[in-house]
Amino acid sequence: MAVDLHCRVNQTLPIPLNADFTCHAGEVLAVVGPSGGGKTTLLRMIAGLGKPTQGEIRSGDTVWFDNNGTCLSPQARHIGYVPQHFGLFPNLTALQNVVSALDHIPLDERVPRALDWLERVNLQGMPDRLPSQLSGGQKQRVALARALAREPSILLLDEPFSAVDRETRERLYLELARLKSQLAVPVIMVTHDLNEALLLADRMILISQGKMLQQGKPHEVLARPRNEAVARQMGLRNLFNAHVVAQDEEQGITWLKMGEILIASDYGGSLDIGSKVRWVIPNQGIRFNAIASGRLCRSFNKLDVIIDSMLVMGETVRLICNVVGIEGQLNTEVPLHLATKLALAEGVRTTVALKSDQIHILEPC
Amino acid sequence: MDWEALWLSVKLSAITVIVLIPMAVLTGRALAYGQFRGKSWVEALIMVPLVLPPTVIGYYLLVGLGSQSWLGQLIESLFGQQLVFHFSGLVVASVIVNIPFAVQPIQRAFETIPQDVRDAAACCGMNRWTSLWRIELPMVWPGVLTAVVLCFSHVLGEFGVVLMMGGNIAGETKTISIAIYDSVQAFDFNAAGTMSLVLLLFAITALALTTSFTRRLGGQHGR
Repeated sequence: MAVDLHCRVNQTLPIPLNADFTCHAGEVLAVVGPSGGGKTTLLRMIAGLGKPTQGEIRSGDTVWFDNNGTCLSPQARHIGYVPQHFGLFPNLTALQNVVSALDHIPLDERVPRALDWLERVNLQGMPDRLPSQLSGGQKQRVALARALAREPSILLLDEPFSAVDRETRERLYLELARLKSQLAVPVIMVTHDLNEALLLADRMILISQGKMLQQGKPHEVLARPRNEAVARQMGLRNLFNAHVVAQDEEQGITWLKMGEILIASDYGGSLDIGSKVRWVIPNQGIRFNAIASGRLCRSFNKLDVIIDSMLVMGETVRLICNVVGIEGQLNTEVPLHLATKLALAEGVRTTVALKSDQIHILEPC
Repeated sequence: MDWEALWLSVKLSAITVIVLIPMAVLTGRALAYGQFRGKSWVEALIMVPLVLPPTVIGYYLLVGLGSQSWLGQLIESLFGQQLVFHFSGLVVASVIVNIPFAVQPIQRAFETIPQDVRDAAACCGMNRWTSLWRIELPMVWPGVLTAVVLCFSHVLGEFGVVLMMGGNIAGETKTISIAIYDSVQAFDFNAAGTMSLVLLLFAITALALTTSFTRRLGGQHGR
């Protein structure tokens, strides 16, 4: 029976790490953060490959680690683990690699079971290949098959897509998304790629410098970062200072002022009038249509900007604009066809609209 | 050509390798993976026979294991036989002198095993012995083979320690190196030349085969 994983770790040495979360059975939890932030250390602690100074790690009612001296070995935790570079045994074939994880079932059932798992990850026809004869994507699938064939109590994936090319990664996303619906165990995936979390995870926790900054549904964390540190980790670059000038509780609107510019936000929290705040807006909250065409969205917020620089990146254009009236820059991306249609160019002055429901006021760090 | 001395040398080399390699595998693995206080001191101690003159090691072994020492007396009372001037003493001396030749290549080989592979083995349910036997040893074979060849060749040509510890007793401690020395002392350059040539050919062949085999294994298990 699949059970939830509860994890609370607390240590300052050898590296600081504080985290407290639960990953439910059937849920994909992404652990996101910059390199060196403690993500892999956390995963290794859950696997039993590392030991926290203090805390409790529990799979359902079974304690894997606690402060009373309990510390189960990785073997006893019965986990599925896909390391960053797959950790395939180079002297064993793909089939033997999968069989090696099947010590929990009778000997005569191991090969058929391993073949079945190789088939489930679309690797039929290559059970006899050594890892050195497989591509990056195929190695990743063997590692995944090996981890899943073990019928683990939890599946741990450490940067599972970082060592494969982009095309393979896209294919593997689809396969993991497909497998996800069949898995009834907690899945914890470490990644530094926010898009992977947005694409595959049901929930995410954000870790930086050993601290858990925020947890929640990926889109919620992206839309409602708790503070500036979270916003920056989430890649949000449009952060501004403002004063609170009024709050309309009836309409649920908070009025902010930056210089002489008045900004309306749907932020519902209580704030002191006159207090200084930082606010953030994600890219999808910025509308870049021309007023002249009469298609500016019906929004409270209009900002005059002068395009400072434009960088064409494939089908999109990255724009950095100076906001007229204040010292601040707006970073945004628009589709290339829209930039062409609107005749956006460096030095052009235009007006953008900010969607009030996307304006989020940050807690102080 | 002193066939008896050659046979004794081959026997000494083989027994030294058989005794030393399993110990070197365990030590090399512990040193490769372990992080503990005093590790660099242990590594330095292992390397000592490389820099110390063999006669010095031989002297300490002679004094430390001789019938006048407490250890020598203890060994004699336990086994009814002293180690000095005896074949078993040569084995002990050869094992000690060859520790760095065995441990070093094996430790380096273990260090090349990626952490991911060791982690995966543990998470696949393998205990450390199963992991060593099924995963790690097949990966460190080139290192083990290098250690075997180095130790075997080194023992075959060992002179200083053997002379100090075993003396020159025919059929007991007279190895081929001692026999070459004896022949030269007796101006029998023909015999000395033949035995030297045998050692030279053995050394070249062993090293060439090791290099080739190691390369082939490395290619086969390319990671």
